[in-house]
Amino acid sequence: MDSTIIIEKGVFIVIIFAITMLMAMYSTLAERKIAAWLQDRIGPNRAGKGGILQPLADGLKLFSKEEFLPDTPNKFLFVVGPAISMSVALMTSAVIPWGDKLHLFGRDIVLQATDIDVAILYVFGVLSVGVYGIMIGGWASNNKFSLMSAMRAASQMISYEIAMGLSIIALLMMEGTLSLREISANQSGMHWNVFYQPIGFIIFLVCSFAETNRTPFDLAECEAELIGGYHTEYSSMRMGFYLFAEYASMFISSTILSVLYFGGYNYPGMEWATQNWGVNPANIIGIVVLFIKICFFIFFFMWVRWTIPRFRYDQLMRLGWKILIPLAIANILVTAVVMLLLQ
Amino acid sequence: MSIETISLSGRKKEVSNKKMSFLESLYLVAIVKGLFITIKHLFTRKVTIKYPEQVRPMSPVYRGQHMLMRDEEGRERCTACGLCALSCPAEAITMKAEERKPDEKHLYREEKYASIYEINMLRCIFCGLCEEACPKQAIYLTTSKKIVKANYERDEFIYGKDKLVMPLEQALNNTKLKTAN
Repeated sequence: MDSTIIIEKGVFIVIIFAITMLMAMYSTLAERKIAAWLQDRIGPNRAGKGGILQPLADGLKLFSKEEFLPDTPNKFLFVVGPAISMSVALMTSAVIPWGDKLHLFGRDIVLQATDIDVAILYVFGVLSVGVYGIMIGGWASNNKFSLMSAMRAASQMISYEIAMGLSIIALLMMEGTLSLREISANQSGMHWNVFYQPIGFIIFLVCSFAETNRTPFDLAECEAELIGGYHTEYSSMRMGFYLFAEYASMFISSTILSVLYFGGYNYPGMEWATQNWGVNPANIIGIVVLFIKICFFIFFFMWVRWTIPRFRYDQLMRLGWKILIPLAIANILVTAVVMLLLQ
Repeated sequence: MSIETISLSGRKKEVSNKKMSFLESLYLVAIVKGLFITIKHLFTRKVTIKYPEQVRPMSPVYRGQHMLMRDEEGRERCTACGLCALSCPAEAITMKAEERKPDEKHLYREEKYASIYEINMLRCIFCGLCEEACPKQAIYLTTSKKIVKANYERDEFIYGKDKLVMPLEQALNNTKLKTAN
């Protein structure tokens, strides 16, 4: 029994890892394609049919580049920076419920690497470690622009982590659990949290943009002021790791957004499908639905990137501290009052 | 009406620096408006021309690669007078004249012709002065509809008669078209 569960979880983790990498890889192509379409262009279309092999070409190019090490006293930290970014971006996927369960080989397979009861705390903890990758990289680069970018990333992370945490508290008050599996299960039958917590959702969405360092909050890699920011001194695959980590964390953020607020693997008519078609088809549709939601949010991240320009630094801070945090606290109060009245 | 408020085009807008309201300072309304503008562009026609497969039509007066013309019977018009080389501000044209043999009457229109005619495409500025100078209407920049191709070797940019002279079929085709009209 013990060995089968290890094999089951092992296979599942490898599959999740592969899917995360694949999604991150093709997000780079999607980003370029969507950027092109939104600007009335076609985008990369030479590598493979319609540019489908472009990510492979990009990866190959990054691998074959010279690995340059700047004259820095922190050679070890310089190497560790991108590694932290990358591994942290991949670690979060462990607690995501990708589906309810599949009935295979005479046993129920839970579609989640691990169902810990503090899943949300885990996600938050791991996501905020992500900034260490940027900070260490920027610090070890021995370059004032990189350092400045690292400081920006850190202060931005602190400012937005608070609003993010507060926005989720209202959600947790309604759900009464920290487990992502239970939160997903509670949202079955179109009881999606976005309908009950629209303001919390908007705050969380804005904060995810800030947490993943995406436009309009990509001050850390501001080309105009900081020549690329923390990855100025990086080249070859270390640079690739930073870029890749950004897309991987974008994928994870989209997943968390869809699990917390858009019902995760739930879709209208899921119970009917389970009764009429059986457990497996209903849940496979669930997985597909979850991925459609994730893809929508990834598209949304890119759509926003090519719509709004970068915020100025003081605007960023004002939005975080003076607007999002009060709004999140007001949201908590209103939620609490409404919950008390409904009891 | 003071001069500041007059708007002849009707599009003038007064810019005010008023303080944003709370709703405005969330930027949400403005961002949603912007998102709608960009999503519209997702469905518009793309303006890209996939170059090697698709070629933009050239303007009739576009000065591209030179062409040494042939006359109606397919004979080369150039008589190697050297006026084009003389007029060339970039010193791009060189040629060597030769006398026409009696059995070459079907090849060359005049009694003298250019046995070597070279244009250095790196020097050429495509001004068209050679075209203007030519008394025999032998050189044109507008007929070839070609752009001089990029190359890795400098030597390859010296175009000789093999690349410059109008293909014989094209000359005969032109005559056919002319007689048909």
